[in-house]
Amino acid sequence: MAESYTFVLLTLDAALRVATPLVLCAMAGLLSERSGIIDISLEGKLLAGAFVAGTVAAVTGSAWLALLTAMVATALLSLLHGFACITHRGNQVVSGLAINIMVSGLTVVLGIAWFARGGQTPSLQAAARFMPIEFPLAETLRAVPVLGPIYTEVLSGHNLLVYVALAAVPFVYWVVYKTRFGLRLRAVGENPQAVDTAGISVTGLRYRGVLMCGLLCGIAGAYLSIAQNASFVREMSAGQGYIALAAMIFGKWRPLPALGACLMFGLLDAIAIRLQGVEIEGFGEVPVQLIQALPYIMTVVLLAGFIGKAVAPKAIGIPYVKER
Amino acid sequence: MIASASQVSGSIAQGDPPPAIELRGIDKRFGEVHANRNVDLRVAAGTIHGIVGENGAGKSTLMSILYGFYEADAGEIRINGRPLQIRSANDALQAGIGMVHQHFMLVDTFSVLENVMLGAESGAVLSRSKTLARRELERLEQDYGLRVDPDAVVEELPVGEQQRAEILKSLYRGAEILILDEPTGVLTPQESDQLFEILRSLKERGVTILLITHKLREIMDLTDFVSVMRQGEIVAHRRTSETDQKELAELMVGRSIEQHDVNRSHTPGEAVLAVKNVSMRDAKGVTRVDDVSFEVRAGEIVGIAGVAGNGQTELLELLSGIRPLDSGSFHANGRQVTPQNPCSPKDMRRLHVNHVPEDRHRLGLVMPFLASESSILGYQDRGRINKGLALDYPLIIKDCAEMMRVFDVRPVDPMLRSSNFSGGNQQKIVLAREMDKEPTLLLVGQPTRGVDVGAIEFIHGQLLSMRDRGCAILLVSVELDEILALSDRILVMFEGRIVGDVAGAGADKKQLGLLMANASPDAAESEAVS
Repeated sequence: MAESYTFVLLTLDAALRVATPLVLCAMAGLLSERSGIIDISLEGKLLAGAFVAGTVAAVTGSAWLALLTAMVATALLSLLHGFACITHRGNQVVSGLAINIMVSGLTVVLGIAWFARGGQTPSLQAAARFMPIEFPLAETLRAVPVLGPIYTEVLSGHNLLVYVALAAVPFVYWVVYKTRFGLRLRAVGENPQAVDTAGISVTGLRYRGVLMCGLLCGIAGAYLSIAQNASFVREMSAGQGYIALAAMIFGKWRPLPALGACLMFGLLDAIAIRLQGVEIEGFGEVPVQLIQALPYIMTVVLLAGFIGKAVAPKAIGIPYVKER
Repeated sequence: MIASASQVSGSIAQGDPPPAIELRGIDKRFGEVHANRNVDLRVAAGTIHGIVGENGAGKSTLMSILYGFYEADAGEIRINGRPLQIRSANDALQAGIGMVHQHFMLVDTFSVLENVMLGAESGAVLSRSKTLARRELERLEQDYGLRVDPDAVVEELPVGEQQRAEILKSLYRGAEILILDEPTGVLTPQESDQLFEILRSLKERGVTILLITHKLREIMDLTDFVSVMRQGEIVAHRRTSETDQKELAELMVGRSIEQHDVNRSHTPGEAVLAVKNVSMRDAKGVTRVDDVSFEVRAGEIVGIAGVAGNGQTELLELLSGIRPLDSGSFHANGRQVTPQNPCSPKDMRRLHVNHVPEDRHRLGLVMPFLASESSILGYQDRGRINKGLALDYPLIIKDCAEMMRVFDVRPVDPMLRSSNFSGGNQQKIVLAREMDKEPTLLLVGQPTRGVDVGAIEFIHGQLLSMRDRGCAILLVSVELDEILALSDRILVMFEGRIVGDVAGAGADKKQLGLLMANASPDAAESEAVS
């Protein structure tokens, strides 16, 4: 019993770690899409953030500087997306896809050119990374039945960025629903003309939306290369940007349900890792590939039938052109 | 005409307050199009001033300039006597100008309160703004009697209340000048009357109102002064009390309007369309057409009146074969259509049942197609225009040009894209295509939506002459005046049911209006019975 409890806790612990970049990217996507700009380039920004953070951390040895430059880099990519989609009214999916392809190629090319390790950045020392933080009294409280292990195993012992991701959810909720900026952001995603005739700049609002999206993607990227791992590896985002996008859509463009979807995907992934090589009686070894494929299968199934319609911001994907 | 303009403005004595709005020499071009030519306009404070004109006469452009959507190429705007540069909606709001757009500028998923606040919040965090806005709305309600539930979500409100929310939005921003662009287009007659009451009480409290419309009756009912626009120019100013609808109509069109003599004396022939207990549910399971039965006879126009969205669209789509019916049956030209034995739009066309859809952009035309291509949609497999595998384009183009001449489509250019024609001419292309085949039953939806006065006159004439040639016509329109002008019999639809059936001759508009809102005592009774 105690053993299976520990197993559950360790799986939850792992789920939280896996879900962190998803949560950050989902919140990022939410801010962009609520303003009416589809952001398929979450994946590319995640990868770019990871690469820049890995590179800067390797060169300077400063995790904080790495985080900051990663955020600047992804913010610039967001502005590029905004320039194409907002200023020049380009197709938002095409622009996003172009950014993904560009980043995928650039990170490898620059990685090889700068470090000559087949696209990988050098391994980082502890000082150049965000290391796990032990909560006060974590070891002491472990002895407390039931709740103690939750505190010690699940809540404590993550790096700073995991907590940042968790804090990002209520923060985004507050921004979107409780502030003037959020009201306008939601309005511009639903009916930009209403915003324009109310004397507010549609362009300005949308740029702010995508900019905030970029900043959050930067944190997610840094998490991958300098917190969860100790270096950048080519294509290390591995589709997590897309999964985050799917999670945000499951959550119907709302922060809390999106968090739920991210945690669910994280949990599936963690179970897949945990079940690696485990024999189940009467079934044999669980094919890990099956569980790894689950998030994608669920994405297709849920998107096909379970989300219901017309929940997306009404003006999403439509460039704003003044009438006549 | 210009002389009369100066007479009216000259009648404002010296010493009076300056006009609320004064436009001097406003000029605006969009490339080749000269949308506004040297427009002068004076609107006295505290009056209701109407602007009438056909579509494309430049009314909307002029208002957009006043509201800061566009900047004029030349000219001067004075608000309360002070010259002002209005470069954005923000400048207009600052100057106390509020606009109620034809298509409401509301966020459907927001509450009324949120919509009213949007752009005029009192701080970065919403909770305080909400409290203040709520208080201000209460004050406005007391001052103007304008009541809308602040917590209602806009998309769940009836259109009339949405419009009130839009007016509140302007008042909340301290507007003293209110521009209304075609405000009654989406309202029932009763809702329109309520709106007029509101506008009159706003006027009493000193608000200056500029009303843009093409409905002359509204001008006569409501305004103090009226200006007529034609081809970008203001061609006349009148005191409303010193003019009449006929004069205004002629000024708008620039020539005299012939009245169609609706000959209702002839007797219609046999029933061409017989509908029995037809019902239909939409994808969500909501009943859209509810147990509808009626007949349309040869040589008769049956008009279906009703506020948009009460099942008329679905009824037309059922009868034209676009949607299957769920229960009941109908007979069209001897063909029995039931749920078990459905009929495709193509079959219906073969039966000489033609359909002019309500939404010409979505169902009537393919906008990027050439006019000649749009003119054969649905008939592209007819033998005459097919040469083996290929279409006979020279013939199609020749046919199209001929059709365009007969139906007065301008310009007569079969090689122009459908999207490049004005709304009225697009509509004429669709009508030409369907009427040219001499159907025995014609289903017509909103034949004159967004069409200007001259074209309306023409289209009405065509419909009447088809009827006189023995065609059975089912006419759906949300314009009660149109229904009244054309129909031999009038059915009223409300929530998918037919709630009224009256003869066209001598039909009472007020009674119809009540039926449309399902507010008549008769309708209430029949509902209680069912």
